Amino acid sequence: MKQKNRLVVFGRTDPNQPINFTFNGKPYQGLLGDTLASALLANGVNVVGRSFKYARPRGIVGHGPEEPNGIIQLGSGSATVPNLKVTQVELYEGLDAKSVNGWPSVNIDVMGLVGAFGRLMPPGFYYKTFMYPKKLWMTYEHFIRKAAGLGKTPTEADPDTYEKLNQHCDVLVVGAGPAGLTAALEAGLTGARVIIADEQSEFGGSLLASTQPIDDQSSTDWIAQTVSAITAMPNVQRLSRSTVFGYYDHNFLTILEKRTDHLGINSPQGARQRLHRVRAKQVVLATGAFERPLVFAHNDIPGVMQASSVSTYVNRYGVAPGEKLVLATTNDNAYQTAIDWYNSGRVVVAVVDTRQATNGPLVSHVKDLGIEVLQGYGVIQAMGSKRVRGALVAPLNENGTKVTGPVEQLKCDLIATSGGWSAAVHLSSHTGAKPIWDDAIVSFRPGISKQQERSVGACNGTFDLAQGLLEGALAGSEAAQLAGFGDGQVKRGMPIVNTLEEQAQQALFLIPHTLPSSRAPSQFVDLQLDVSAAGIELAVTEGFESVEHVKRYTALGFGTDQGKLGNINGMAILANALGQSIAETGTTIFRPSYTPTTFGAIAGRDIGELFDPERYTAMHRWHEQQGAVFEDVGQWKRPWFFPNQQETMHQAVNRECMAVRNSIGILDASTLGKIDIQGPDAAEFITRMYTNSYLTLAPGKCRYGVMLKEDGMIFDDGVCACISDNHYLMFTTTGGAAGVLAWLELWQQTEWPELQVYFTSVTDHWATATITGPNARNVMAKVCDDIDLSADKFGFMDWRDGTVAGLAARVFRISFTGELTYEINVAANYGRYLWERLMAAGAEFDITPYGTEAMHVLRAEKGFIIVGQDTDGSMTPTDMNMDWVIGKKKTFSFVGKRSLERSDCLRDNRKRLVGLKTLVPTAVIPEGAQIVNDPHQPLPMAMQGHVTSSYFSANLDHSIALAVVKGGLNRMGEIVYCPAADGSSIAAEIVNSVFYDPKGERQHV
Amino acid sequence: MKRYSGFSLFANALSYHEKWQKVWRKPIPKKEYDVIVVGGGGHGLATAYYLAKVHGITNVAVIEKGYLGGGNTARNTTIIRSNYLWDEAAQLYELSLKLWEGLSQELNYNVMFSQRGVLNLGHTLQDMRDIERRVNANRLNGIDGEVVSPKRIKEIAPLINTSPNSRYPILGASWQPRGGTARHDAVAWGYARGADALGVDMIQQTEVTGIRRKNGAVIGVDTTQGFIGARKVACVTAGNSGVVAAMAGLRLPVESRPLQALVSEPVKPCLDTVVMSNAVHGYVSQSDKGDLVIGAGVDSYNGYGQRGSFHVIEHTVQAICELFPAFSRVQMNRQWGGVVDTCPDACPIISKTSVEGLYFNCGWGTGGFKATPGSGFVFADTVANDRPHPLAKAFTVDRFNSGALIDEHGAAGVAH
Amino acid sequence: MLLIYCPHCLESREEEEFSYGGEAHIARPLDPENLSDEQWGDYLFFRKNPRGIHHEMWYHATGCRRYFNVTRNTLTYEILESYLVGTEPQITEVGV
Repeated sequence: MKQKNRLVVFGRTDPNQPINFTFNGKPYQGLLGDTLASALLANGVNVVGRSFKYARPRGIVGHGPEEPNGIIQLGSGSATVPNLKVTQVELYEGLDAKSVNGWPSVNIDVMGLVGAFGRLMPPGFYYKTFMYPKKLWMTYEHFIRKAAGLGKTPTEADPDTYEKLNQHCDVLVVGAGPAGLTAALEAGLTGARVIIADEQSEFGGSLLASTQPIDDQSSTDWIAQTVSAITAMPNVQRLSRSTVFGYYDHNFLTILEKRTDHLGINSPQGARQRLHRVRAKQVVLATGAFERPLVFAHNDIPGVMQASSVSTYVNRYGVAPGEKLVLATTNDNAYQTAIDWYNSGRVVVAVVDTRQATNGPLVSHVKDLGIEVLQGYGVIQAMGSKRVRGALVAPLNENGTKVTGPVEQLKCDLIATSGGWSAAVHLSSHTGAKPIWDDAIVSFRPGISKQQERSVGACNGTFDLAQGLLEGALAGSEAAQLAGFGDGQVKRGMPIVNTLEEQAQQALFLIPHTLPSSRAPSQFVDLQLDVSAAGIELAVTEGFESVEHVKRYTALGFGTDQGKLGNINGMAILANALGQSIAETGTTIFRPSYTPTTFGAIAGRDIGELFDPERYTAMHRWHEQQGAVFEDVGQWKRPWFFPNQQETMHQAVNRECMAVRNSIGILDASTLGKIDIQGPDAAEFITRMYTNSYLTLAPGKCRYGVMLKEDGMIFDDGVCACISDNHYLMFTTTGGAAGVLAWLELWQQTEWPELQVYFTSVTDHWATATITGPNARNVMAKVCDDIDLSADKFGFMDWRDGTVAGLAARVFRISFTGELTYEINVAANYGRYLWERLMAAGAEFDITPYGTEAMHVLRAEKGFIIVGQDTDGSMTPTDMNMDWVIGKKKTFSFVGKRSLERSDCLRDNRKRLVGLKTLVPTAVIPEGAQIVNDPHQPLPMAMQGHVTSSYFSANLDHSIALAVVKGGLNRMGEIVYCPAADGSSIAAEIVNSVFYDPKGERQHV
Repeated sequence: MKRYSGFSLFANALSYHEKWQKVWRKPIPKKEYDVIVVGGGGHGLATAYYLAKVHGITNVAVIEKGYLGGGNTARNTTIIRSNYLWDEAAQLYELSLKLWEGLSQELNYNVMFSQRGVLNLGHTLQDMRDIERRVNANRLNGIDGEVVSPKRIKEIAPLINTSPNSRYPILGASWQPRGGTARHDAVAWGYARGADALGVDMIQQTEVTGIRRKNGAVIGVDTTQGFIGARKVACVTAGNSGVVAAMAGLRLPVESRPLQALVSEPVKPCLDTVVMSNAVHGYVSQSDKGDLVIGAGVDSYNGYGQRGSFHVIEHTVQAICELFPAFSRVQMNRQWGGVVDTCPDACPIISKTSVEGLYFNCGWGTGGFKATPGSGFVFADTVANDRPHPLAKAFTVDRFNSGALIDEHGAAGVAH
Repeated sequence: MLLIYCPHCLESREEEEFSYGGEAHIARPLDPENLSDEQWGDYLFFRKNPRGIHHEMWYHATGCRRYFNVTRNTLTYEILESYLVGTEPQITEVGV
């Protein structure tokens, strides 16, 4: 297939390796080494997209991440990628891309008609309309949303994987252009660990498209030589296709490495992209610069391009994107594009230079080639619709603010523009450094940052190649030295580059038209978002003066190119409209990401089953094999209930609850937090943390305690056992374990370091099987013969060391069911063995495994609270009817005690824990139901409290609930109501919160 | 004030948009005002607007150190809802929601309030209990809401992953249909334009450097433009409340923390509601422009840097990819941070102070944007009448001494 | 993401290993029962929250499990020193 714009000199593409691809359904051919952009240009594709607001046809403008127009949807199906820039997509066989806007096609877009009404859509027009009638806004919005947006998200899960790599280095060099390469080389020579990352497929940066010799060799040969020197150093890691997209605090930088995107979508060769999380001692930023386009009327017509991009396509890709070039410039530098174009064998119609007189070496060279140079002229308007047909040029005054003479038209199909260069200060700006405007170079320079970094080369405003190479080398050796390597001296001789003298550029951004901007054809500043010079001036007219206001009002810089081309021009136009300098107008703050970054890569592997670790007990497999249904409790998977075949959840839970009360049940309690506490001051410390006292707790004894935050609210609860004089074991709730440990450490380390006490989490060291029910002692007796199990020798709230099922065990007689209970703890690895032995021993009593749901029902029957369910961070022990757990005689003001005396905690009508007994025994109130006195009162109703726990109790054959009710303890016997969403309500009587065995006799046997 | 309409747009188009009126004046500060509002964010501007509109107090200045609406107003994720747990908070946010519902017309400025509904997801049994409790409380407070099943969630947001095999499967959600989003900048600009039209002076690029008092009463503020007298000073300086309070020798129970957010590149409509998940720590909606607007949790440390830590962003994006596996291939476009003033109970302070004529409105934490109209309304009333508005009574600073906290994070589970 | 020097482990580690512990040097009143509600509320909830130098506690949660203090600038996030609980900071104002 013929590529009409392909030159005979191929640059870095390979003519022997053709690649087939489709764009908007049409087949094309490009070459290996092409980007999608260069291949499209090679094939003469003019229109690649439609603009966001006015649906104007748009062509390729740039050659890198600055591209505002060439936004495509790549591929289809689950691996489709929205919003890629054609300039950053490497060509591969079978590539399939579509424009993101345009219906029925980008060439004929009916929305283009909207563009004809563009005048009705100035910036902010939607703030001024669509308000009436009020109810129609959601309809208006529906159509606004449909018209907005670029590509489409996939509709299925991502088939690819992503990974992360944590890295440390001495010197991170960002960018492998000339300055980055010399920096990496010098830093590498010191032996420092160096990472050099560059977003492109190969190192070299701007030099890949340069015709300027270095050290008497071509720039590409110099790159090859330098890269090979770097490659020879094992201490230097090279990352290509790797964008440093964020610079965070303390020299933490993030790099997105695209591993397989150049091979095709969903290429199954490991992770698609890799996120490097780099902590660098020193950073060298060598991120280059972006050429600034000139703003003039209809500068958005396909065929208006960046001058440097035209050179890049010619020199690097062997593609001439047109036939007849008009070059519009404000500086000498861009003259190189005229030379490159001339050398490609195509026609340079004219160079249009806004400066009145210029005669630098490049200018002279161009003149010597016989190319017409119009000095003191500007391109004021591009002609054409879907491709440039000509350029209107006119003489300008010296400041470039006014057209001073007749307008003439030059016939051309390509207008290359250059308004100078803007340093890419993005990463430096991420650190919080404010860029500083420098009139001398007509660019921002990096501001002063708090990080260990320096900028070199073009991103530092040093646009001269020789200077940039030197800056890079100096910075590389300096950074290495500061990181502890080398002597700070440059080791290699500096490459010899013929520095071309350049005459002063003109600081000109908007080329004036014969008409004022408000009346001239649109002069686009931000192509992606259709922000024009007139739009910015309108914002000023309306009183928006701050650059941030103007950006927000017009959307300047909010596109996927993040204003890499438009922002500075926009600021300059704003400054002009305000009659002030750019420096006075403010600065520009860039935020991560430097270029858009795949969410999947930021998420990495921590999704799906790895989103959060799952914690299993030693008995977990057994539960699975029995068909347990699990509940998430913190990170733990706990059996919720154990359904037999055909059983519903309620049937299973009822069966489990009845088994515990009538014979014996077994619960996996391994997940409870366990903290081993030792030290001579352990008892004193524990007593300060709990509401009750442990000073008199004897070895072999346990006590239930409640822990408060210093604000007096319940924070955790559990049993604490005295193992020996200076040794305690504290149980915490399953979810609270880590928090309690940190809490204990906080008080000991920061408040009472004089107390000698030490804490160790032993949650994972023990497996715990709880057997509970009237037959618990009978089963225990079968598996344990070295503990006297009689009630007077091993009573309630005692613990004993012994041997259970042949295993060394700690057995606790504590109970959360109100039944005779043994909590048997063994070394975790024996957990399943213990469990199976208990099941075997209990078989004759029909021992029944039960889950957390039955556990909840059983404890609710007893009125035992669950912290976090019956309490919510606003509940004191008194609120929970637990005054008995507050040690009245404690001399030390335990944590939270003083707060209990605050006026609000002493209020009469605080919510108190009560029981609710429904008038209809089978009616189970939904947990979370609100309680009112009268369900027929008008809204808003006065709420009395809410239901915290609610179940059907099979043992009581009655629905039961725990609730917190204002002044509840004084309201026993009152009937209250729980209104439901459907208008019905459940009536219930306020009763004592203990429903079963109120005297607690069953656990004491 | 010239009204905006489709007609005015057309008429101005005919004159090439050269004749639009300024949205607000650029006045020279007067010597003295009846009320100075310190802070030109959404809340401050709303306060000034309602002082003028409802209370007829028009000799008012808003003093802003940067530009109007440039703080958290410009940095939030624009979510609006009123389904708070406790009566006090719910009623305040519901007042705000009701004001939102007529705000575009009230201000003659389209704030693009989009009532697309808000889902708060539950992933554990306890989440569901809390959701049930909150929705019941909302309903009995006259606030719309229902508990919805995974099937219904999938209908509302088809790309959401409701698989029971997820690490933390979605068990249900609360659904508030009247909730939604708005265009954040427009809110500030709309209030500013409205207040300006009523005579309020917008004084930008002017920093308050001191609060002058005499005999225990406020007499004005020192600024970078000199002293400006005032009978009353109302401070609404989210992100800097503590710093401003210190100027009057006051302490506040607020800590300033970074709160981060991010947006994707714009994509075609793919999410028609707001989805929030406290358990997996992320929330997302899609702006009218097409960006997925995503919020993270608050960074753990105090910070005024408008920056946070990257691992917080990572965790949030993990949550979003977990909830919406199809978003994995979408790209993050921009990421930023705001500074939120958090109170120990995740509820604001709207309060008189021990200094006569000095008032504070702060501590909105992560919930400030949605409260903008209601906050301004009750604060203006509090300032105008020198006593707490009935809905502001519970939000005095005294509660941190008495213990009468309104613990929204402990119980509601959702702070944003 | 902060890089925090742990004075117990004697090395700089990633923020993800630590958890923030709030303002440092807030001593618990020795006699809480004799404080007014205001005084007690002040201890409980009122913090300096400075814009600038802040002395704060960090907990090396997944490391040595020790608390220590850090002097950090809350505007620039620079960490100026790490020091042991019970000792005084060297840096108390910006620029010192």
